[in-house]
Amino acid sequence: MRSVCEIISRRRSGAYWSLTFSAPEIAQRALPGQFVEIAVGAPGTLLRRPFSIARVTSQGPTGGTVEVVFDAHGPGTEWLTTVPEHGTVDVVGPLGSSFPTPNRPMTCLLIGGGYGVAPMFFLCDVLTKAGMRVDMIVGAADADRIHDAITAKRSASTVTFTTEDGSMGETGRVTDVMRDVLDRTKAGVVYACGPNPMLAAVSAIAAERDLPCQVAVEEHMACGVGVCWTCVMPIRAKDGTVRMKRSCIDGPVFTGRRIAWDQTRWGASA
Amino acid sequence: MTRATPTPIPEAQVDLSVTLGSVTFANPITTASGCFASGAEIDRFFDIGDLGAVVVKSVTPEPREGLPTPRMTETPSGMLNAIGLQNPGIDAWLARDLPFLRDRGARVILSIAGKSVEEFALLASKVSQTRGIDAVEVNLSCPNVAHRGLVFACSTGPSADVIRAVRNHLPRMPIMAKLTPDVTDITAIGRAVIEAGATGISAINTTLGMAIDADTGRPKIANTFGGLSGPAIRPMAVRAVHQLHTTLGPEVPIIGMGGVRTVEDTVEMIRAGASMVAIGTATFADPFASHRLIGGLRRWMADRGHASLQDLRGRVTPW
Repeated sequence: MRSVCEIISRRRSGAYWSLTFSAPEIAQRALPGQFVEIAVGAPGTLLRRPFSIARVTSQGPTGGTVEVVFDAHGPGTEWLTTVPEHGTVDVVGPLGSSFPTPNRPMTCLLIGGGYGVAPMFFLCDVLTKAGMRVDMIVGAADADRIHDAITAKRSASTVTFTTEDGSMGETGRVTDVMRDVLDRTKAGVVYACGPNPMLAAVSAIAAERDLPCQVAVEEHMACGVGVCWTCVMPIRAKDGTVRMKRSCIDGPVFTGRRIAWDQTRWGASA
Repeated sequence: MTRATPTPIPEAQVDLSVTLGSVTFANPITTASGCFASGAEIDRFFDIGDLGAVVVKSVTPEPREGLPTPRMTETPSGMLNAIGLQNPGIDAWLARDLPFLRDRGARVILSIAGKSVEEFALLASKVSQTRGIDAVEVNLSCPNVAHRGLVFACSTGPSADVIRAVRNHLPRMPIMAKLTPDVTDITAIGRAVIEAGATGISAINTTLGMAIDADTGRPKIANTFGGLSGPAIRPMAVRAVHQLHTTLGPEVPIIGMGGVRTVEDTVEMIRAGASMVAIGTATFADPFASHRLIGGLRRWMADRGHASLQDLRGRVTPW
């Protein structure tokens, strides 16, 4: 569950970074939606950083590899952009819950916001192999923050891009096109990963169509393994009671309509 | 000045056992309450029965859902947290978590938290009717409803009242009073709780801190204030443990904690006066942190010829 992994590649992807490391055991066990915790060596930092697993390869000259995609927005993630290829990172994982696969063939709509699209590629591979049709909506603030549009186009049956500044695809947010895409594709299930306000809005649209919807959330997390109780989300049980559940161990994948978004700081943007 | 070259001894000759009151533990490495959840989470990484003891996350009379998020933020060499004592409540803990810990061979120190003397008494009375709990740690860093929300551990009277109430229900069990460093004189609180019947002291709890986002002006955690932990507070912890040890004397056991990560940190805490050393925030960064210290401490002592923790405890060489 903890390994010191050699970095195979480190490269920029528009505004983001992509890091691929050799981790045969993690690659073999990982499921889409799960994450890894990577130790960072920046001075004064203490805690590992969580990263959604963007892609795994099971074979090849380096054994199995794991890719993560991230935005270098703090000292820890900035440090990660400086580790040279063939250097090592200390990784714990795979951790957390994963996206469930439908038990009969259907069309799946995958929605990714910002670097949250990365785990959608992993999910897309798994769903496609399971005989599903996959359509995608990929959104970001601007074209520079649309991660790996080529892979998106190659992986899914159709891809709709949205940018808030109109620099790529439709102008607006993923939720502005979501209803049209649902009408067109007749998708029977929705999966999403991205900023929590986006997940709240996606969950609401899926709920109004009575579609199952699974989202991978992001909350401040100290440990990633279930001991610190910092990363909780309010989750509504079947009997209506709301309990604070840990994103790291009960999540990060939750059923969208089970999240009591109105009790979060992202409000009832749903 | 030269130092005598230590004569190494075999690791097997190192005795790591420690006692709190009448109870002996195989080694001094334990977990800081709230940093090890129920125990089951970390048991996926290593056999938690190897630890000297597991101090579990504080339990209250009723289940608690805790505070809104964000609950944590990283700070220089540390972190701030405000969880709000989220826990399943004493009844669920006794029914579910305690049997798991016993099945796994863990020695159990239960941390109890209440908002009144009566709540602490209720918790102690439930403990008194249960087998399988080795010791109790009394989390005195809780707001005291009868004292306008001031935490018990900030004043001698309320702290002593809680300890007396707990001792009343648990005449023989080791009772460790967990103290906050946010007081003018921690030794005064320490003396009061020992006189009230505590077996020993756990120190230190987190120290209150705050962080503000420069752009938004918002506090970085929803509760505004949070407990600061990690290496940032280790010198405070070493100071507090040393003061408590020298004031209360060697017969009063202390569980020392605050930013301990390495073997050297552990030895430092023992030299300051700790009988056991609890690992807290280090577990967040590395789930194996506490486990690694058991073997690490044994090796460190063997290499230097120390057969017993008594060689180290409270040993501070004056300048």
